[in-house]
Amino acid sequence: MAGPTIDALSQFRLTTGLGPIGRVVNFTNSNEMMLFAVAIIVVLFLVGMRSRAIVPGRLQSLVEALYEFVHGMCIDNIGEEGRKFFPLVFTIFIFILLGNLLGLFPYFFAYTSGIVVTLTMALFVFLFTTGVGFYVHGLGFLRFFVPEGVPGWLLPLLVPIEIISYLSRPVSLSVRLFANMTAGHVMLEVFAGFMLLLTASLGIFGAVASIIPLGLNVALIALELLVACLQAYVFAVLTCLYLHDAVHMH
Amino acid sequence: MSGDHEGQSFEERLAKARGSAGLDRPAREGQAQTASDSSAMRLAMRLGVEMVAALVIAVVIGWGLDRLFHTRPWLMIAFVPLGAAAGLRNVFRAMGPERKG
Repeated sequence: MAGPTIDALSQFRLTTGLGPIGRVVNFTNSNEMMLFAVAIIVVLFLVGMRSRAIVPGRLQSLVEALYEFVHGMCIDNIGEEGRKFFPLVFTIFIFILLGNLLGLFPYFFAYTSGIVVTLTMALFVFLFTTGVGFYVHGLGFLRFFVPEGVPGWLLPLLVPIEIISYLSRPVSLSVRLFANMTAGHVMLEVFAGFMLLLTASLGIFGAVASIIPLGLNVALIALELLVACLQAYVFAVLTCLYLHDAVHMH
Repeated sequence: MSGDHEGQSFEERLAKARGSAGLDRPAREGQAQTASDSSAMRLAMRLGVEMVAALVIAVVIGWGLDRLFHTRPWLMIAFVPLGAAAGLRNVFRAMGPERKG
């Protein structure tokens, strides 16, 4: 069929970047965006903290607010031991936040909309928290899977349930972020496609009527800004909660 | 006291008792609830993911054990209710009363 069609999923296609070198080592546009995000973070923090003023300027306030926000989140959710895990939680939070926010710009690739990326991060968090649990409690961490105050004859049934529940953590953690980002970007693309379809099929009336999907897209962008921040926050808070479980075992 | 109740219908007395016990929310609350529909939607989505994730993990474990012991499909079937229970456990842990502060 001639004319524009809605192709909402091609935006997630991975292409190689950086010319022939990128093609050889499979350096994708997703990796490009990751490097870009990391560069922004590093520059933001270097420039923001350069002045070290007692009364902070705008950039320094931003940096300090981010720092204190995540620091408070660690202390609140993990306890005093949370200080030790602050670098990890902060890195995860700001990497996902930048990925979500950068993905909202036209022609930018949202690397958090790839299940490979989110699952890798979730698996890392999962393995790390399990490692912390065994490091802190030794083999006693296995008691985490034995619920308290339960008659012994129920344990053969309950322990597998607890283990499955524990193993499902990386799945739900990664799918949540991936699904939210993918769904948002598909919706944006679909409504943008409506505009082209309307204009192509109804001419000038369609062009006027396409103000409706345009307005919807404006509202969606606002929603997606909220979702981008919220999902980064949720990922970081759940990381904190899992670390709390690993450190305190309840 | 009981003479006081004689004049009122049961409905009126019930409404009064419910009101004094704080069971009937004012109508305004209902409107606020529809306004927060999108956040309720997000919550439902989150809990749905929690349940399905546990079920998927359980099925994968059962399938793997079946391959290992050549007992297809019995272990997978046995693990489905376990996964469902684990999913409910996840949801209960996320929303349940013993939320730690």
